[in-house]
Amino acid sequence: MIRDITLGQYYPVDSVLHRMDPRTKLFGTMIFIISLFLANSVVTYIIATLFLASAIRISKVPFKFMVRGLKAILFLLLISVSFNLFLTDGQVLIKLGFLKITREGIRVSCFMGLRLIYLVVGSSIMTLTTTPNALTDGLEKSLGFLKTVKVPVHEISMMMSIALRFIPILVEETDKIMKAQMARGADFESGNLIQKAKSMVPLLVPLFISAFRRATDLAMAMEARCYRGGEGRTKMKPLRYHKQDYRAYAVYGIYLAAIIGVRM
Amino acid sequence: MSIKAENLTYIYSEGTALEQYALKNVNFEIPDGQFVGLIGHTGSGKSTLIQHLNGLIKPTKGTVYYDDVDIHSEGYNLRELRSRVGLVFQYPEHQLFEVDVFSDVCYGPKNLGLSREEAGECAREALELVGLDKRYWEQSPFELSGGQKRRAAIAGVLAMNPKVLILDEPTAGLDPKGRDEILDEISQLHKERGMSIILVSHSMEDIARYADRLMVMNHGEKVFDGSPKEIFEHYKELETMGLAAPQVTYIIHGLRDHGVPVDSGITTVEEARDAILELLGGGRHD
Repeated sequence: MIRDITLGQYYPVDSVLHRMDPRTKLFGTMIFIISLFLANSVVTYIIATLFLASAIRISKVPFKFMVRGLKAILFLLLISVSFNLFLTDGQVLIKLGFLKITREGIRVSCFMGLRLIYLVVGSSIMTLTTTPNALTDGLEKSLGFLKTVKVPVHEISMMMSIALRFIPILVEETDKIMKAQMARGADFESGNLIQKAKSMVPLLVPLFISAFRRATDLAMAMEARCYRGGEGRTKMKPLRYHKQDYRAYAVYGIYLAAIIGVRM
Repeated sequence: MSIKAENLTYIYSEGTALEQYALKNVNFEIPDGQFVGLIGHTGSGKSTLIQHLNGLIKPTKGTVYYDDVDIHSEGYNLRELRSRVGLVFQYPEHQLFEVDVFSDVCYGPKNLGLSREEAGECAREALELVGLDKRYWEQSPFELSGGQKRRAAIAGVLAMNPKVLILDEPTAGLDPKGRDEILDEISQLHKERGMSIILVSHSMEDIARYADRLMVMNHGEKVFDGSPKEIFEHYKELETMGLAAPQVTYIIHGLRDHGVPVDSGITTVEEARDAILELLGGGRHD
């Protein structure tokens, strides 16, 4: 039943991208997003396409996993492309009643569509090659400067990793509770909205109780090992840049320079 | 009122890289009123198997028959089946949710469409059957001890008046006294009400004492099926599956190896005691 759900998107293969420091990937994704908004001509889009295509190649993740995320934005994509196609002023090519397709319209809507697709594919490369935990780790380190303005960065990222860690456990628990109640004749499917909401009570009460119990147990286990927050805490596997990360940063620099150069 | 499984096969995450056989071609028939012990190592498929018997899991291949009717045939009332084949899961915490024990036990019969009074009647009877003292009935189920919670959970299923009772490790995490009490009550249900019992357990001692028939699961397959005496003869094979025969079996076989003529079919401590006393020439101990 529910246990078939896979969590996160991480695709476990071994590639240069998988081995890269999560900060490098976060930064790279940001650069790529910025470059998409700077791109305004065919040449700049060709450069972005090359950059994206080589990242996909290097990641060794099958292409169909990349485009999976597109399903979610399909509707948005259709609306923005058709609005741009029909409502841009300029040299009229075809006229259908009050709708007109212009030269500029075609150009703008193509760019808009590509930009959206690239945004989704680009960011899914990051989530496909980085485990959720590595991602939180990378975020913690990159946002470390916020500590100076008293933002509890370590605590927030610890909360994030605990939450991620517990999602599969709670999913499994929900499955078990559902079955235990179904064995007592519970029905979670039929009935109107109010009846459905009511039928959730026998599911939610045991689930919450177990979540609270697990939380207390975990807190106690952490305290027993003298956990006291981020102050002065070292890591077993500190994030460290390697050769491949410096290379990646060099590539980002060249890429961004090329986009800006062509734009000017 | 028999339960029959035919070529039961279940595959987890079929069609993905994580594909895994949980059950492989399992066949058996459990007639009315039998006390069956189901044993197997963790992950051997016994929990998956029992969830097939009341239709919580649909088999990938094969059929489950209750009273000779396929339970997954069209229009079959699975809710009705679940009241006939009661399943008690391992952790009572997964099912207790009401403000007091009594209302929690009423949940099952109410789901069957009984009125408040009728459900209350069923609940009262079930709570008395499991021997949960009246003073706990108005308490929150979360304040009970482990053994009492387990009783409340069993009562919650018994209140639906099942003909077959399946219990998944009902004694896990209980102290020896609580364990014996629960098992004695289950055995009483079997004897007095003629209920079929399927008891899933790790403990060979428990199973040898109560069950008429044993089924041994290993890697999703049923490897042995027979009386405890027959099964424990295979104690060497059981060991390779990460299981073991009751300790008394080892003593008996050890005695036989040393030339002491005891019956190799002895499975309980009481039988062994009597046999050894007889050999020593003493009278019966009682």
